Amino acid sequence: MKKVKIYVTLRESVLDPQGTAVKGSLHTMGYNEVADVRIGKYLELQIDPSERDIDGIVKEMCEKLLANTVIEDYRYEIEEAN
Amino acid sequence: MKFAVLVFPGSNCDLDMYHAIKDELGEEAEYVWHDATDLSGYDGILLPGGFSYGDYLRCGAIARFSNVMTEVVKAAEAGKPVLGVCNGFQILTEVGLLPGALLRNKNLKFICRTVDLKVVNNHTLFTNQYDDNEMIQIPIAHGEGNYYCDEETLQKLKDNNQIVFTYEGENPNGSVENIAGIINEKGNVLGMMPHPERAVNELIGGIDGLALFKSIVKQWRESYVQA
Repeated sequence: MKKVKIYVTLRESVLDPQGTAVKGSLHTMGYNEVADVRIGKYLELQIDPSERDIDGIVKEMCEKLLANTVIEDYRYEIEEAN
Repeated sequence: MKFAVLVFPGSNCDLDMYHAIKDELGEEAEYVWHDATDLSGYDGILLPGGFSYGDYLRCGAIARFSNVMTEVVKAAEAGKPVLGVCNGFQILTEVGLLPGALLRNKNLKFICRTVDLKVVNNHTLFTNQYDDNEMIQIPIAHGEGNYYCDEETLQKLKDNNQIVFTYEGENPNGSVENIAGIINEKGNVLGMMPHPERAVNELIGGIDGLALFKSIVKQWRESYVQA
């Protein structure tokens, strides 16, 4: 069993109004060091071993469903599940 | 003319769409569940607004893999009129029938009010009953209607006259070039955030949406019935 951690974020070129609102709030609280905030999604998949290449299927799932590559970037890490 | 009103789990403008076709336009309409595998009996396909699959993951992302969407793609390829309103527009971008994507509104608010729109292209099968650059009023109701596409796609949309409706005056959601609705290159798939099906009777605030449905019927009659 593998654990796959997937991070989906808005592409650099896409404005993130949620992140901007959170940054504003952090500034109000006095954390003026915060230069930028980007909000994304975190997904955790448990994957059973199969004859299919895990890297290949994770990539495929990201491209087809988990991320919309018109507006989002994704990256993932594959670990041994405990 | 017989329309299919697609129904996904979480659609909520399907009744309005059905009513607009059946009672105001006076054409045939049937609800078609998302797992249907045949749309060949319909002349036009309508994807209503709502929150299909609770908008989980992204708006339209899960609905896009419904059985019926395979048929919608086939219908679009066959040249049938396909209209996606609000969540329907989001589904059409997710399935790739229309370019770009719909992002969270710039002000992060769900906006529900009537807006001014400009018909920037009246040479489509959805807008032939409007005047060129006609100003119309149609309600919007969305939290994620901020149309986005990259520069290259935007240029293509402009070059091919694929921008059909734009917001006039204040842009409610931050969409690029004030875009409210776009059409595919072939001209038979329209996606728009405003709800024309909610503007079909004076009693509920206006009839500016009715001409859109009349346009579809007119085009269909000219192409199929008189031929």
